[in-house]
Amino acid sequence: MRAILVLLLLLATPLKAEEVVLGLSRDQVSISTNFDGSEVIIYGAIKREVPIPQNEPIQVIVTISGPQAPITVRRKDRVLGIWVNTDAMDVSAAPSFYAISTSAPWQQVLNEADDLRHNVSIPRRIRSIGAWSQVANPQEFIDALVRIRMANGLYVLDEGAVDLRESTLFNTAIQMPANLTEGEYATRVFLTRGGKVVSKYETSIEVRKVGLERWLYNLSRQQPLVYGLLSLAIAIAAGWGASAAFRLMRSG
Amino acid sequence: MQIYLPIAEVSVNAFLLLGLGGMVGVLSGMFGVGGGFLMTPLLFFIGIPPAVAVATEANQIVASSFSGVLAHLRRKTVDLKMGTVLLVGGLIGAALGVWVFNYLKSLGQVDLLVKLCYVVFLGIIGALMFVESLNAIRKTRSGSAPKRKKHNWIHGLPFKMRFRTSGLYISVIPPVIVGILVGILAAIMGVGGGFIMVPAMIYLLGMPTKVVVGTSLFQIIFVTGFTTLLHATTNYTVDMVLAVLLLIGGVVGAQIGTVIGAKLKAEQLRILLAIMVLAVCGKLALDLLIQPSELFSIGTAGGH
Repeated sequence: MRAILVLLLLLATPLKAEEVVLGLSRDQVSISTNFDGSEVIIYGAIKREVPIPQNEPIQVIVTISGPQAPITVRRKDRVLGIWVNTDAMDVSAAPSFYAISTSAPWQQVLNEADDLRHNVSIPRRIRSIGAWSQVANPQEFIDALVRIRMANGLYVLDEGAVDLRESTLFNTAIQMPANLTEGEYATRVFLTRGGKVVSKYETSIEVRKVGLERWLYNLSRQQPLVYGLLSLAIAIAAGWGASAAFRLMRSG
Repeated sequence: MQIYLPIAEVSVNAFLLLGLGGMVGVLSGMFGVGGGFLMTPLLFFIGIPPAVAVATEANQIVASSFSGVLAHLRRKTVDLKMGTVLLVGGLIGAALGVWVFNYLKSLGQVDLLVKLCYVVFLGIIGALMFVESLNAIRKTRSGSAPKRKKHNWIHGLPFKMRFRTSGLYISVIPPVIVGILVGILAAIMGVGGGFIMVPAMIYLLGMPTKVVVGTSLFQIIFVTGFTTLLHATTNYTVDMVLAVLLLIGGVVGAQIGTVIGAKLKAEQLRILLAIMVLAVCGKLALDLLIQPSELFSIGTAGGH
């Protein structure tokens, strides 16, 4: 029994030889009324109990992923002379936001097999089960999804954005756009050598609507009737107010 | 100054929204329409999700029509009885419209329907108004007064009712049908339907022009109010922050527009409105006809 344990520990040691010690500039992002995007600075060090291996340089990958949600991707086609949505594909889970920063070009930091195992690259984060039964060419739809979200700044691949010093200290800044949705933003750091993941660290950043935003959103979901009536009351009051104010201006 | 909209979940420039509200408010004050038919496409354009734009716009129209109707009540140019009959039809129409809207949303064709409605109705109304006001201008030049048709097939229908303020004795069927049609459009397109209601009341029901705008606004308040509530409770798509920004600009703009409008002739106003309506229609029609640069779009899950 003890022999097995020792053996296990010995087997585990190469993986634990290099570990991430991480710091975040913020572990909470508050969406207030004047929210205009946010920058998260991720910094850390690589802890070692052995000398730095000289065979392959160490590389760092940092990812931040928004909450996964099912979405539908639609394609327009020309029907009777006008452009109409014809085909649709359901994507069972795609992150609302996904940013990757690496310390070197993608080909040098991660190989195909480890990408598949850890779901690091953007296409790997999108799960589309049963897509083949819906459309003839699901890859085209997934490419379109990635293309649109990259254009909107929601999916970001920033090669070389992680600044790595002396194979030990690293830091990067990830820009989060103004159009954020709420939820837990999973933050992962991978250490790789020769394209293989040698260590992994996970934490999360919480993105929350606060204050008025929080209150209005909750009200609209929990008390939709009250919310609707409140909207009407504001509209009526504003209409009356404007009318009264201008009558005063005209008579005065 | 960027403002994050809690329901739309997008961040937009507050001054842009105030400006848009003000601009559309000026136009609506000048022409006596709610302005929703202009505002909703503009909201699509700045990136507000269509469902949120339509529901929120309904809420904004409540404010501008309430402001307008108060002015008309003081001048006693609101036919409350006719307004109530139109309203009964309008509420039935709005309920039908929200149901159609939700059904089409599940099919993924809601954008298409909204755009098609806009193109068709803006095209028809714009063209009719353009021709009519051109004729009116020609007639005032030649000096002959325009005459209104007093009797047509509408006066032969049963369930007659007297509408004192309008000076009419007609069947309730045509106003109810007009109300239903406008209600459906209000729910689907996020408009008060003023630009359809006003011509329908003048040309179909034969109401005197001076009570038309006030009566139309009166019933629009209730139809759009009802639509707002339905959207808020079934789709959760009314964005209060967006509505407030739009209506602040809107109510101020409307009052400025009224002043400008008073300085122009009625025919000139109508022809300007017709040109504007046709321009919006043309822009939307081109969008449907020209191949979009991005064929794919991302929507929330649910159906196809």
